[in-house]
Amino acid sequence: MTGQVDILTNLFIFVLASFLGLELIRHVSRLLHTPLMSLTNAISAIAIVGSLLLTGAHHDDLSVALGAVAVAASTANIVGGFLITERILRMFRGRGR
Amino acid sequence: MTGDQVVQVIYLLSAVLFILALKFMSEVRTARWGNWAGALGMLLAVGGTLLRPEITDYRWIIVAVVIGSAVGAPMALLMPMTAVPQRTALSHAFGALAAGLVGTAEFYLRGETLDAFSMGVLCLEVLLGYLTFTGSLLAFAKLQELIPTRPIVYPGRNYVSLSVLAVAVLTAAYLVVNRGPAGLFPVLVGSALLFGILLILPIGGADMPTVIAILNAYAGLSSSFMGFLLDNRLLIIAGALDGSSGLILSILMCKAMNRSFTNVLFGAFGQVAVETAEKGRTVQAYTPQDAAAILETARSVIIVTGYGMAAAQAQHAVKELADLLISRGVDVKFAIHPVAGRMPGHMNVLLAEAGVPYDLLYEMDQINPLFPETDVALVVGANDVTNPAARTKPDSPIYGMPILDVDKARTVIFIKRSLAPGFAGIDNELFYLPKTMMVFGDAKKVVTEIIAALKG
Repeated sequence: MTGQVDILTNLFIFVLASFLGLELIRHVSRLLHTPLMSLTNAISAIAIVGSLLLTGAHHDDLSVALGAVAVAASTANIVGGFLITERILRMFRGRGR
Repeated sequence: MTGDQVVQVIYLLSAVLFILALKFMSEVRTARWGNWAGALGMLLAVGGTLLRPEITDYRWIIVAVVIGSAVGAPMALLMPMTAVPQRTALSHAFGALAAGLVGTAEFYLRGETLDAFSMGVLCLEVLLGYLTFTGSLLAFAKLQELIPTRPIVYPGRNYVSLSVLAVAVLTAAYLVVNRGPAGLFPVLVGSALLFGILLILPIGGADMPTVIAILNAYAGLSSSFMGFLLDNRLLIIAGALDGSSGLILSILMCKAMNRSFTNVLFGAFGQVAVETAEKGRTVQAYTPQDAAAILETARSVIIVTGYGMAAAQAQHAVKELADLLISRGVDVKFAIHPVAGRMPGHMNVLLAEAGVPYDLLYEMDQINPLFPETDVALVVGANDVTNPAARTKPDSPIYGMPILDVDKARTVIFIKRSLAPGFAGIDNELFYLPKTMMVFGDAKKVVTEIIAALKG
């Protein structure tokens, strides 16, 4: 039974986080949709958590190989995503500056 | 507190920072804090994970992180702003690949011990991960113009695509019911990879904003499913935030084109020239000097920019013209259609890069009421989003699409390379209005000549 309870809790979390996300994004100015997308893109590299666990646990060669590629891909995503968001946001300037 | 609880608290802080990141992103003033909050959240997530007792061997992790940083940083720092959509597509591909690979490894490690629910989320993670991987790579290739940006179509393509998807879904269903056999897993992976390609092939360049947003949502959902599989709530939350962001952006893009998801994905829009210029109608071509003469006396100007401006690298010239007009006391505003550019918000970034202050940039709903009281609407590199046929011609493919009401301004100056139709393959009524001045030529060259004539 405990397994099922966890599934339900996780579903609750998923649904609530999705609605929270919808509310938050709805209020983002259209001006910022490109940096928003590069930011969420960087955040979606949260898959690095699973990749790290897989690589570091060292179950067998296949999982280490797949895990290491996954860590490299997610890191590229994280580093690139946050850097380009910063680069874009620095370009937005108001009048009189 | 046990070690595991410490890690969970770190994950909780990380989730809070991700939520704050999106919250801060809502306005320009706080947006950079948002990015830093997101980066800090990610740092905590990685740090917390490295503390976990399951991780015993750091060697390959270090190697992979170094390689990943070496790939990611130059991509972010060196790419020109016109190439941001490509970079984003490539980045989606990386993120989705990671999710797909983790799912694959988990399947071979403990596929036989999983319950039906876990196998289900594993299959969804793998399906979305791999189809987003190839789909995003193909989107990247199209945006980078490594392959033609027009829709690539063949007879019966939708049946082929849907059959491949059906194979993937049925394989996944079989794996969920029987927890195996392992030999079937490559079929799922292969059909997901293939479906990603087939999904993007028939999509044309101007539909890319919607497609990038959809791929963004898929990459997020894939991470969320990984969270269900690993019973990791941080993954579920971050993936869900990302998924909802992609969903909202793609809905906004679809609305801005008055089209449905299905139409974007399966419609192969813009593949044929629907109609060519009606016979017997001619347009009057003017010179940049004529345009300058009109601008000389204008008191209010709205500049409408489209992707063509970026393609011609004319944004800096346009900004210079705007500055010149402003210095003469002209009221200058920029009008931006939601689908201008190759990804949501792309045009804002291109103009910001050229140095246009963001408070001069107006969204469609704000600017449309202002056109009737505007002396000159100057259109640079935009076409379909100004076509009045969207309001008046029910048989037009773009009928119902919200447009910028450029035709309501007192004079329209339209800079265009040639009389060729726009992306939708249809003629623009605007060209034939008596109030419209067509100035043919390369956008950058024409704008520079207008500036010279105004100064001269």
